[in-house]
Amino acid sequence: MAQSDYISSSLTPDLERIRDQIRGHAEKYGLDFFEVVFEMVDYDQMNSLAALGGFPVRYPHWRFGMDYDQLSKGYTWGLQKIYEMVINTDPSYAYLMKSNNIVDQKTVMAHVYAHVDFFKNNYWFSKTNRKMLDFMANNAVKIRDYMDTYGHDVVEGFIDRCLSIEGLIDPFLPFSPKKRTESDNFADKKNKKKEPGRLKTHRQYMDKYINPPDFIEEQKKRMEEEATKSKRKPSEPQKDVLSFLLQYASLEDWEQDILRMVREEAYYFAPQGQTKIMNEGWASYWHSRIMTEKALKDSEIIDFADHHAGTMGMQPGRLNPYKIGIELFRDIEDRWNKGKFGKEYDECDNMVIKATWDKKLGLGLKKIFEVRCVCNDVTFIDEYLTEEFVERFKLYTYAFNRRTNQYEIAERDFKKVKEKLLFQLTNRGQPFIYVMDGNYQNKAELLLWHKHQGLDIDMKWARETMKCLADIWKRPVNVETEVDGQKKLLTWQNGEFSEKFL
Amino acid sequence: MLYNIKRDHARFRSIVKGKIKQDLKRYVTNGEMIGRKGKNIVSIPVPRIEIPHFRFGDKEAGGVGQGDGKPGDPIGQGDPADATGEAGDTPGEHILEVDLTLQELAEILGEQLELPKIEPRGHKTVKSKTERYTGIASQGPDSLRHFKRTYREALRRQIAMGLYDPNNPLVIPIRRDMRYRSWKTDVRHENNAVIIYMMDVSGSMGDEQKEIVRTEAFWIDTWLRSQYKGIETRYIIHDATAREVDEDTFFRTRESGGTLISSAYKLCEKIIQTDYPPMDWNIYPFHFSDGDNWSGEDTKLCLEILEKSLLVMSNVFCYGQVESRYGSGQFYKDLKEHFGAAHETVIMSKIENKEGILQSIKEFLGKGK
Repeated sequence: MAQSDYISSSLTPDLERIRDQIRGHAEKYGLDFFEVVFEMVDYDQMNSLAALGGFPVRYPHWRFGMDYDQLSKGYTWGLQKIYEMVINTDPSYAYLMKSNNIVDQKTVMAHVYAHVDFFKNNYWFSKTNRKMLDFMANNAVKIRDYMDTYGHDVVEGFIDRCLSIEGLIDPFLPFSPKKRTESDNFADKKNKKKEPGRLKTHRQYMDKYINPPDFIEEQKKRMEEEATKSKRKPSEPQKDVLSFLLQYASLEDWEQDILRMVREEAYYFAPQGQTKIMNEGWASYWHSRIMTEKALKDSEIIDFADHHAGTMGMQPGRLNPYKIGIELFRDIEDRWNKGKFGKEYDECDNMVIKATWDKKLGLGLKKIFEVRCVCNDVTFIDEYLTEEFVERFKLYTYAFNRRTNQYEIAERDFKKVKEKLLFQLTNRGQPFIYVMDGNYQNKAELLLWHKHQGLDIDMKWARETMKCLADIWKRPVNVETEVDGQKKLLTWQNGEFSEKFL
Repeated sequence: MLYNIKRDHARFRSIVKGKIKQDLKRYVTNGEMIGRKGKNIVSIPVPRIEIPHFRFGDKEAGGVGQGDGKPGDPIGQGDPADATGEAGDTPGEHILEVDLTLQELAEILGEQLELPKIEPRGHKTVKSKTERYTGIASQGPDSLRHFKRTYREALRRQIAMGLYDPNNPLVIPIRRDMRYRSWKTDVRHENNAVIIYMMDVSGSMGDEQKEIVRTEAFWIDTWLRSQYKGIETRYIIHDATAREVDEDTFFRTRESGGTLISSAYKLCEKIIQTDYPPMDWNIYPFHFSDGDNWSGEDTKLCLEILEKSLLVMSNVFCYGQVESRYGSGQFYKDLKEHFGAAHETVIMSKIENKEGILQSIKEFLGKGK
C-alpha cells in the first residue's frame, strides 16, 4: 500500500511481539482471519481516518470535513475517543492509536482479529469488494478529474444529491439468485427482436402480396413501440432505486459514473450496517476471552476492566450494540453448552428445572462459530433473543409521549421488545422505498412507493429528498405513501411540492 | 492523507461560513453571540448540515432501551435531536457548534455589509519597541552564555592552534571563546485605536434599549478589532452626571435620573486628553442615547464640545439613537440640524429596534473612517 508509507508508522518491536502473541491466541481459539496490517496513528490521523470511513484516500467532500470537525472536537473536549479502526479488505488494515497504553493496544488487537474473522467468514460480507482501498482511491482520482473539468461546485452538488438517496439500495440483491433484472429484459428485447408474424407461402414471388412489406414495416414499428413502452417500467417494484436511475435517468456520462460509485460504496458498507450488533458483539466476546484467559498480566487487570466496562456501558434509551452482541453470544454459547434449546427445553414449563438445565452437550463454541457465519443482525435477534434474555437485561420499548413531550418506557413484554428491535434493524430502520414506474402517467415521471408498515415518513425530509431525486431524474418525482392512514401522493414538480389524497 | 481531510474540513467551514453569512441578520439580532464569546473565538450554533433522505418522523419511531423503570416512566430526552426545543422547518435540527475566530466573524460581517477597510490616519502611528534575542555578542552575563557557539569557537581555536587531539577530544574554552546571546531592538509602527462607548442610562433607557446597545457595541468592537491591532475600549455611562465604568457595569447598570449629555462628552474629552494623544491614536467615540436631553442649553453645550474638541480629536464621532417609548429623540434632530445629514466626521444612526442593528452598523462603519 502506497498510502501506508506516509500516513503512519508500523508497530514498534514491542508491539510487534504483542501482536504475534495475540494473533497466536486468536488462531488457537479457531479464529480465521485475513492478514492484518496494523498501523500506528496519532489522534488527528485517527480522527481523519474515522471521518473518511477508514479509507485514507477518498474523493473530496465536505461531509468528511464535518465529521472530522465533530470527531476532533469530541476528542479535544474529552467526550469520546476512538480506540481502534479496522477496514474490511484483504489484507485488512487496522489503525492503533499511538497514545494508547499497552493494555489498550492488546485489547484492541484481539478485538481487531475477531472483526477480521467476522469480515472473512460472515456470509453477508461474502460479496463485498476486498480490494476496496484501490476502488476508493480510483474513485477519488476520477471525481477530482470531474471536478477539474466540470467545476468543483457542480460536481459536489451532484454528489450531495446522490448521497441523499444512497440508502435506496437492496442489500439482498447481491445474494438473490440471478433474476431477470431490468437490464436483462432490456437486452433480451434488443437482441432477439421479434419478427412480426408472416403468413406462410411456398411461392416466393407471392410473398410480397401475401405479406405486404408496408404492413410488415408497420407491424415492426408497432412492436418496437410497445417494447419501448414496457421496458420503461420495472416489471415489478424494484428496491434498488439507484440501479434503476443508473439505467434510465438521463444523465451525463460523468454523472452516471459518480452515481455508480456512490452505489457501489453504499453496497460495500451495507453489510456493516446489517451486522452491527453481531460484529461488535463477536469482537468484544473475543477480546474479552483472549484477554482474560490468555493475554492479560495481573498488573493490567484494572485498566482492562475499566476500558471494557466503558465500552459495554448502556445509557437509558440507547441500545449498546457491543453489550447486546457480546451478551447474546455468551447466552447462545451457554445454552448450547447446556443443551438449553430444542423442543424438550421449550416445552418444559417447570422454571426450576429450566434454570438448572444442563445436558453437558458442550456445543457452545461450535454454535457461536456457526452463528457468526450465517446470521445478520435481523436473523440473529429473531433466532436467539429469548424471553429470559430480555428479562435479564431489562430491555424495554420506549415511545414518545406527545402529552408530556418526552420519551417514556412503553412496554417490557418480550414479544413487543423483539418486534420493535427487529423493526429497527430491518432495512436499518429506514422506510422501504421502491420504484414503481419510470414513465408515470406516460409523462416520463418517476413514481416511487413507500411500503407503509405502520410508521409515516417524515414529510420535511421526504420533500428535500424528492428535490434531490427530481434533480437527478430531471422530470417530476412522485411518492405514494400513507399519512395518518390515508393514501397520499407526494409530488415534486417544477420546483414545487404538492400532495394529494389518492 | 492529512492534506485531504484538511481540505474537506476547509470546504466544510466555508459552507458553514456561507450559512452564517446568509443568516447574519438573525445572529446579529439575537444577542446571544456575546455570551458565546471566548478570548478570541466565538462559538456559533449552526443547524447541522444534513443530507436529506427518506426517514421516519423522529417522534414516531421510539425504540428499544435498557435499564430499570416501569412502563410510563420517562427516560429523559432520549434523542438529542429533540433536546434543542423548537423544531426548525427544514431538515437538520441537530445543532453544530462552529468556532469562528473574531477575525473570521469580522470578515463575514465586513463582506455581508460591504464594509470598506478602515484607512488609519497616516501620522497616527505608535512606535513600539520590542527586544528580541537574535544576536550573538562576545560579552555578556553568564546567564546568557550560548553553549554551542562557545564550544564552536573553542573548537575552532584549538584546531587552528593545533591543540586538538581527535583521540582525546577535550575542548576547553577560554575567555576569548565565550559567546553570549544579545538582543536587537525591533521598532514596529502600529496603528492604535481606542473606542470610547458612552451610553445614556437615564430612566428612559429600558432593558431592550440596553440590549440593542450591547449587541451593537459587540459587533462594532468585533469589526474595529479586526482593523486595528491594539485596540482599547473605554466605557462611560451618564445620566445627569457621567462616570467611567468597566465593561460589565456598562451593559448592566440602570440608573434613573435626568440626562445631561454634556457630562459624558466632557468626561470623554478628558479621557482622550489624558490618555490618548490624538497624534498617536485613532479615536472612535460612540454615543448611544434615546435622544432625550435635559435642556436646549445643554444640547448647545454638547454641540460646542463636539465642534471644538471631540470632532477635532476623533477619527469619527458616532451617535446612535435608540428608539424608546419615553425619549423624544430631540438630540438626533439637533445634531442633524447643526452638522447636516452628510457631515464628514459625524455619523448618526437611528436604531428603531433589534432589526435595525445591522443597518445601523453599516451606517457607522460604512464610511471606512
